[in-house]
Amino acid sequence: MRALDYRRPESAQEAVELVSSHPGARYLAGGSNLVDHLKLGVAAPDVLVDVSRLPLDDVEEVEGEDGAVLRIGANVRNSDLAAHPVVRSRFPVVARATLAGASGQIRNQATTAGNLLQRTRCVYFQDVTTACNKRKPGTGCSALGGYARYNAILGASAHCVTTHPSDLAVGLAAVDATVVVLGVEGERRIRLEDLHRLPGDRPEADTTLAASDLITAVELPMVDTDTRSTYAKVRDRASFAFALVSVAATLRMEGDRVGEVRIAWGGVAHKPWRARRAEAALTGGGIEEDAVRAAVDEELATATTDDGTAYKVAMVRNTTTMTLLRLAGEVRR
Amino acid sequence: MPGVVRGTGLTMDIEIDLVVDGTTHSLSVDTRTTLLDALRERLQVISPKKGCDHGQCGTCTVLLDGRRHLTCLALAVAHDGAEVVTAAGLGSDGLHPVQRSFLTHDGYQCGYCTPGQVCSAVGMLDEVAQGHPSHVTEDLTAEVDLDDAEIRERMSGNLCRCGAYPGILAAVREAARG
Repeated sequence: MRALDYRRPESAQEAVELVSSHPGARYLAGGSNLVDHLKLGVAAPDVLVDVSRLPLDDVEEVEGEDGAVLRIGANVRNSDLAAHPVVRSRFPVVARATLAGASGQIRNQATTAGNLLQRTRCVYFQDVTTACNKRKPGTGCSALGGYARYNAILGASAHCVTTHPSDLAVGLAAVDATVVVLGVEGERRIRLEDLHRLPGDRPEADTTLAASDLITAVELPMVDTDTRSTYAKVRDRASFAFALVSVAATLRMEGDRVGEVRIAWGGVAHKPWRARRAEAALTGGGIEEDAVRAAVDEELATATTDDGTAYKVAMVRNTTTMTLLRLAGEVRR
Repeated sequence: MPGVVRGTGLTMDIEIDLVVDGTTHSLSVDTRTTLLDALRERLQVISPKKGCDHGQCGTCTVLLDGRRHLTCLALAVAHDGAEVVTAAGLGSDGLHPVQRSFLTHDGYQCGYCTPGQVCSAVGMLDEVAQGHPSHVTEDLTAEVDLDDAEIRERMSGNLCRCGAYPGILAAVREAARG
């Protein structure tokens, strides 16, 4: 670790100014991922701009431009997000995705924005003795032909085959969340779906944000009370492990027909994967096993796998089917 | 800007205050120092242990401003003014009920992970008292029924290489009943 300057700005505006004027500066929030990266040598900033004490820790229902939203402050800890009464009752998929991540201690530390901006746990990204285009552009990808169990099956490139590790991001993708960002040119809103990007030939960029962009809040459009949602995560052990595959889904039925279904997948791509083709195939029809499997297969038409990841196709198909059948069952009750 | 920054180009120190087990300490730490190293190496508070040092084992768990928290992934400078309670500072008068329960049920073998297990259990029981759900909670809006599956899930951030989990589970189960 190199010598580190530490600053604690009084406002979000001051934080953005500090980071935009120091090329080697990084924001520090909960620190559960960044402090590990300092130790591993994956990150080597010369200035840390601590935003953890900025008053961005409210969860409140407010009127947005397109109707009511639940605004979650960037510094709301993962544990508090999952425990919030409105999140639990109206956005179970968000509560469950949050609770599926990390451990009790880390959820008390990690923030909402930090969770979204956490970096891949690809073993090669975290091991500075190996080639990794994401960590060090142009060095190559050790995961291609290497340890592949956690690799992507959708949207990968010849430069990077890793997946995004956040559970929360997948849950938020399924509820059409928006991210509020403060940048040097003021505040703007980005669809959660457009926050993370596919690797292409620039895998070093996880997101579409500039280095000085600060996420100040996440907004969830309020959902109809007849919308059901949940999150299912498959992993190598029962708890405290990253997803092999995960499924976030929301479902609103109109009688026996799907009024609206939203499906997002984790563990399959460099970003939360919104399965819009599958959604379109299911909308207006019934939730039956064969229909869901066929819809998933339509979405997976462009999937590419190797010996390490072939298992994910069946796992995504089965987990999505189980999840939607379960939600449809809830509607019937 | 908090504290006083003194930089040499190679190191940069900042003055911080920490309240540890009821005692206030003022110290100067390099900005890269973790809270765990500040406690153990600077203040000789050795109850929290260093296991993996990467947030995966939970043995460095303390109560930080009242909540269970890792100290290995926390920078000391970011927690200037914080109140830390370690396993050694839990019982105001002898052993804390959770510690007594670990003794009764043999919730350890070598004991290395025990201070972290105990702090984690105390913090976890407080989360349950506040109604926090977990990954295995069936009904997110109902009161928590702290059965064995719930205890296992909620304690999954603390590893025990001796495998004393049956004793730990029994100890937390009893402590939860009060």
